[in-house]
Amino acid sequence: MKEITIKIDGKECKAKSGQTIVEAAKANGIYIPTLCHYDGLKPAGTCRICTVKVGGRNMAACTTPVGEGMVIESNTPELEEIRKAIVEMLFVEGNHMCPTCEKSGNCELQAMGYRYRMMVPRFPYLFPVRPINAKTPKIYIDGNRCIQCLRCARGVLAPDGKKIFGLVKRGGKAMISVDEELAAALTDEQAQKAMDMCPVGAILRKEAGFKVPIGSRKFDSAQIGSDIE
Amino acid sequence: MFLPVIIFGNLENNYFIGSFYSIIIKEGTMGSIKGIVEKHGKDKTRLLDIIRDVQSDLGCVSEESVLQIAKEMGLSKVEVDGVVTFYHFFSKTPVGKYSVYLNNSAVAYMMGYSEIQKAFEKEVGCSFGQTTPDGTIGLFTTSCIGMNDQEPAAIINGTVFTSLTAEKVRDIVSGMKSGKDVRDLVKQYGDGLNQSELVKSMVNNNIQKKGQVVFSPYETGSAIKKAASMTPEQVIEEMKISNLRGRGGAGFPTGMKWEFCRKAEGAKHYVVCNADEGEPGTFKDRVILTEIPHMLFEGMAIAGFAVGAKEGILYLRAEYAYLKAYLENVLSDLKKKGVLASFDIKIKLGAGAYICGEESALIESAEGKRGEPRNRPPFPVQYGYLGYPTTVNNVETFCSAVKIVLEGGAWYKKMGTAQSAGTKLLSVSGDCKKPGIYEVEFGTTVKTLLEECEGRTAVAVQVGGPSGSCIGKKDFGRRICYDDLATGGSVIIIGPDRNILDVVHNFMEFFVEESCGWCVPCRAGNVLLLKKLEKIMNGKGTKSDLEEIESWCKIVKAGSRCGLGQTSPNPILTTLQNFREIYDSKINKDLDFITEFDFAAAVKDSCEAAGRKPHAEEH
Repeated sequence: MKEITIKIDGKECKAKSGQTIVEAAKANGIYIPTLCHYDGLKPAGTCRICTVKVGGRNMAACTTPVGEGMVIESNTPELEEIRKAIVEMLFVEGNHMCPTCEKSGNCELQAMGYRYRMMVPRFPYLFPVRPINAKTPKIYIDGNRCIQCLRCARGVLAPDGKKIFGLVKRGGKAMISVDEELAAALTDEQAQKAMDMCPVGAILRKEAGFKVPIGSRKFDSAQIGSDIE
Repeated sequence: MFLPVIIFGNLENNYFIGSFYSIIIKEGTMGSIKGIVEKHGKDKTRLLDIIRDVQSDLGCVSEESVLQIAKEMGLSKVEVDGVVTFYHFFSKTPVGKYSVYLNNSAVAYMMGYSEIQKAFEKEVGCSFGQTTPDGTIGLFTTSCIGMNDQEPAAIINGTVFTSLTAEKVRDIVSGMKSGKDVRDLVKQYGDGLNQSELVKSMVNNNIQKKGQVVFSPYETGSAIKKAASMTPEQVIEEMKISNLRGRGGAGFPTGMKWEFCRKAEGAKHYVVCNADEGEPGTFKDRVILTEIPHMLFEGMAIAGFAVGAKEGILYLRAEYAYLKAYLENVLSDLKKKGVLASFDIKIKLGAGAYICGEESALIESAEGKRGEPRNRPPFPVQYGYLGYPTTVNNVETFCSAVKIVLEGGAWYKKMGTAQSAGTKLLSVSGDCKKPGIYEVEFGTTVKTLLEECEGRTAVAVQVGGPSGSCIGKKDFGRRICYDDLATGGSVIIIGPDRNILDVVHNFMEFFVEESCGWCVPCRAGNVLLLKKLEKIMNGKGTKSDLEEIESWCKIVKAGSRCGLGQTSPNPILTTLQNFREIYDSKINKDLDFITEFDFAAAVKDSCEAAGRKPHAEEH
């Protein structure tokens, strides 16, 4: 991979061609917030929280590859405002009851809410009716908490490569659905992987709750992104 | 993988006509699904065709059918379910032996939608969104079907009914109730080739003004012959000289697109024609497809020659399925005449999704998937249909290319403006005496157009469809071209008796319905914008609501992944800019806050459960 030079918020950075902006920023100690991005998975660009400006145009940093001499703006009031608004949209679009959620403290959406000092969303709650699917033996899928990042759809596949998770419907009604037959064949390791990949509490393992007490979880003491910054 | 070459004029494939969504409950359902899947060669790129056939045979695509299709195709159930639930014309519940899809576009409302809706409900005996208990007739609404010049209009089992009146509705419903074939309910055919044997449609072309490019006569086959005497590079060079830009609305230079595609490495290349004109108010492609399809196909062959492609796909929106057999016949004819000697074109039908007009979403849909736009890069010219370099161009663009080859790029460039060469087909509808197609040179002012179409009473004009701009009288001197008022062709004229906010509301409902749901700002943002607009329209808005809606619009535009969300706030933004006084008159200027909370509504359910009456008036 060829080494190239890019600029992020005025800082000159070395990057490798083929890297995405998010990856290159991370390697240079710059945190660009992400929710749908997951290391090792093909980027989807669903959440748009990583929106940056390249040559005056808004791009998703998780899907856009770096190019020689690229000038990237990330930490600007305008972009931070878009990011905060997206976090708020996600909160009103679903039904997120943090105090009763198994993922509280390990939830990236909740952590993003803290990072952006969200007190109350500017948008009205939509209170959608979303299903909870507990029919499969290893996992629960709680549609109320899903942010449709598609990490599960991209990262947890059947042994023959078939999709276990996928989007159904469209627009505001779009939601994640599960192939119950394929999900029934999930191993414990896959079920754990699905839960760990899920940035929120939409995929939970059955009979394995609250192993780490609230208060000792990942984001209880450290802000999201602090491992990079 | 890709199964090639259509069987030309194969009328066996005419399932979409007549029995578009009819119920024929057959014995051995599962056997028939197996047969359908096998008929389509278990080809994943034909999943939409398979689902359409299943729906046509069984009346809907039930949960069991989804599972069965998945099994037969070797896909997971959720994958098939994702496709079935993405497209408007597929349904998991029965849609009736006769399925009425009534267009609910803004212009349909202007032309009497409400009366027609009531007439259907009265005659059929069920509400929209429902099917009669005996499963005979289903009533549904649908986004713009490309008939804005002859609204109100509906599609019933693939057959289009235009200029509907309560009386016509009575006749149609009584025909359906007596079990007639809907095609036999068409009393009179439209103008031009709408009368031809394979179309027999009541649709009218309404060509009001012919220009020098698209609607000027030429000898079929002469352009491809001339192209063959040039090198592909020379053809591309002529396109560049002509300054032809994409006619779908985005305006990307065609020569450059073809050059990128030609230079991209791939085992083969594809030419795709975007005939998914879904922008409410545009219907020009419908008229091209009816009157001069040979020109379009010749243009595709020229593109094939230029980019090095042997295969082309015409992606035809489901609403225009009534033209499919006719178009296949034209293809077969052109093959015989040698116009398509070394280029094969196959027609793929959509299934009701505006987003598929976005080129990468169109490719996904043509591959048999959910019509979700792709992340870019890579661009379709590098990685398009099935991963091969693909040029996707608009119907009108291909037709323009034919004339450019014949007359030269320099000839073409003389028309129009410096940045916008040539002519543009405008689809004019709404409050004017002469709705229809106008081929005008770029640079024409809105005022001139209003004179021509006799829409002189206009107080507002929506240029470019919902995703374009709504302008007021002070801007009627502005010009229609890429550098001023860009448009894919839709021009909606709004007269003095209309409520502009109703039009804006209709457009926002359209975007909510048609968002693919992939990215957050578009998926959630449009719903939130619609709610805020409703708050203002309901007289519950304050000054801060106007400030908020404007800033939310900017967030949706700035954060969305594709053109849909990047333009969907335009109806609100451009009317805020040009018709601010309407919004100001709706808000409560002296109040900082109005509660939207409706106590009576909030306790309605619990009162019902407890058998009490809510005391609304006390609160």
